[in-house]
Amino acid sequence: MSELVPEPRPKPAVPMKPVSINSNLLGYIGIDTIIEQMRKKTMKTGFDFNIMVVGQSGLGKSTLVNTLFKSQVSRKASSWNREEKIPKTVEIKAIGHVIEEGGVKMKLTVIDTPGFGDQINNENCWEPIEKYINEQYEKFLKEEVNIARKKRIPDTRVHCCLYFISPTGHSLRPLDLEFMKHLSKVVNIIPVIAKADTMTLEEKSEFKQRVRKELEVNGIEFYPQKEFDEDLEDKTENDKIRQESMPFAVVGSDREYQVNGKRVLGRKTPWGIIEVENLNHCEFALLRDFVIRTHLQDLKEVTHNIHYETYRAKRLNDNGGLPPVSVDTEESHDSNP
Amino acid sequence: MDKEYVGFAALPNQLHRKSVKKGFDFTLMVAGESGLGKSTLINSLFLTNLYEDRQMPDASARLTQTLTIERRGVEIEEGGIKVKLTLVDTPGFGDSVDCSDCWLPVVHFIEEQFEQYLRDESGLNRKNIQDSRVHCCLYFISPFGRGLRPLDVAFLRAVHEKVNIIPVIGKADALNPKETQVLKQKIRDQLKEEEINIYQFPECDSDEDEEFKKQDEEMKGSIPFAVVGSCEVVRDGGTRLVRGRRYSWGTVEVENPHHCDFLNLRRMLVQTHLQDLKEVTHDLLYEGYRARCLQSLARPGARDRASRSKLSRQSATEIPLPMLPLAETEKLIREKDEELRRMQEMLEKMQAQMQQSQAQGEQTDAL
Repeated sequence: MSELVPEPRPKPAVPMKPVSINSNLLGYIGIDTIIEQMRKKTMKTGFDFNIMVVGQSGLGKSTLVNTLFKSQVSRKASSWNREEKIPKTVEIKAIGHVIEEGGVKMKLTVIDTPGFGDQINNENCWEPIEKYINEQYEKFLKEEVNIARKKRIPDTRVHCCLYFISPTGHSLRPLDLEFMKHLSKVVNIIPVIAKADTMTLEEKSEFKQRVRKELEVNGIEFYPQKEFDEDLEDKTENDKIRQESMPFAVVGSDREYQVNGKRVLGRKTPWGIIEVENLNHCEFALLRDFVIRTHLQDLKEVTHNIHYETYRAKRLNDNGGLPPVSVDTEESHDSNP
Repeated sequence: MDKEYVGFAALPNQLHRKSVKKGFDFTLMVAGESGLGKSTLINSLFLTNLYEDRQMPDASARLTQTLTIERRGVEIEEGGIKVKLTLVDTPGFGDSVDCSDCWLPVVHFIEEQFEQYLRDESGLNRKNIQDSRVHCCLYFISPFGRGLRPLDVAFLRAVHEKVNIIPVIGKADALNPKETQVLKQKIRDQLKEEEINIYQFPECDSDEDEEFKKQDEEMKGSIPFAVVGSCEVVRDGGTRLVRGRRYSWGTVEVENPHHCDFLNLRRMLVQTHLQDLKEVTHDLLYEGYRARCLQSLARPGARDRASRSKLSRQSATEIPLPMLPLAETEKLIREKDEELRRMQEMLEKMQAQMQQSQAQGEQTDAL
């Protein structure tokens, strides 16, 4: 179970001088139980996680999210009819679920973007997405700036955006570049190669190399961003992920088959069964461990400390250094400094 | 001795010998987004490496790329028969962020070939007409979508009356059999809904046996063909060497009918319907273009000539009058006029000279 750190509290007005005591010399104090206390608290309150999926229709976005969270949490699960026509403009559909594991409750929201990249003319099709992300920052900002604040501000900000790359085997498509260029400064983007079962091992590694190079050449920083590595340990761990594993080539499935006496999630074809969690077949397990088991909290922190702060600073600057006045026409809600 | 036997039953053999000697032209267009395995499939179909020297531009280069038309030619010889195959490629199709009207260059290209043929056919030297018309277009549909995308529909509607379309699902090893069936049905439904006319494989002769008819029905039922291409020979996990793609979970065999429809496509396109594709292009699509073209040129005189000519084509008894396109006729008339004028000038000059020498002669006489 990864360590769960609660959202950062505001710093005290008078900074305290740090004093260090080596507890071993004087006897056991019991400070280390703080971790257990924090854990208990978090278990009681639960936490929010908002994940957005972006990509052309048919790339397996909904299936992958269902596979990641081992539940029917995506648009596919609700009564949405698969035969629906492709929408003419990009729509934003957010579906929330509460899932529980080991006593920990997570309020998971999956934000889907049907219609992205499906039209003949896809100019600026990322704009509705950028607008949505900024609206969530705005919502949070308004709450934060309120006089009577809620104890726990509901967090609808997008913590992670999975961008699905089509497995063409050649390179990124111009639309992919445009999207990532516009949004990598606003949200954490994790590129994934969808439906990776159409590439052999050599094709996969060549394609990944080309994609990484293209992203670098175009100055696109996907998560984990180099500039936010906090210490050397983070840096080496993230470097390895950035330069070797990403983008993750994934396969998703919500069906189980019997392989060697075990029930596994997979896809059955006439030439074999592709096991989703088998690292020899695809990198789903790496993506899952990365997003859920090791970097979930970091995704939230980078969103709060960096992307949100950037938005907040911009808003304050635009407003002449004062907290922003409500921009909604429905609420006439004024906050005084 | 059989008095009834005249001997023209040997005519097909004579035709066959003549066409073998003449050789065979075929122009095949491949279209579809990049990354759907088009080049690999062509190489697999014709067992050659046509795309060896190809450079694939990266995404930033493709941001400003417009659609280009590329032609590659290859001569294939098999069993004494020479086929001059021309492949028309459409790199850049479907790549840009804004693909509006990106199919127009393709439509223009197809019509240009018709126009060229029309000119040649109406011209004076018809022995060596080069037929560069596009006989067939293999259109690649993505296996990742849920059927035809808006761009697919737009392209197919723009070209379906001008070229034989055979729709194909590329990289079909992305799908398992059930998904393939669902996708094929969806595509068939969409084609009907959008009233897109794809190439209809002709009915087989009524005197073929049941077995053959059943096979033919199955093949027709598997359109659009779900194909996988490969230029590599691999081991199938056992001892057999097959053409295919080797994954960690198994090997896809290109020529295995349970794995994909490659064999069906090859059989129908190359082995049985090459000639029919050419005939439909000539008899149906080209004639349609020609009629439209001539009607639009219609002026009072020309219209009569055009309709007369069309009628004469339809009646088998008359030899069709060679009808030049209007521009050519006028040009010839002008040229003839020029010649006449020049000849007249020369004549006048000669007359003048003669008069002069006559006059001089009279003078000297008088003296």
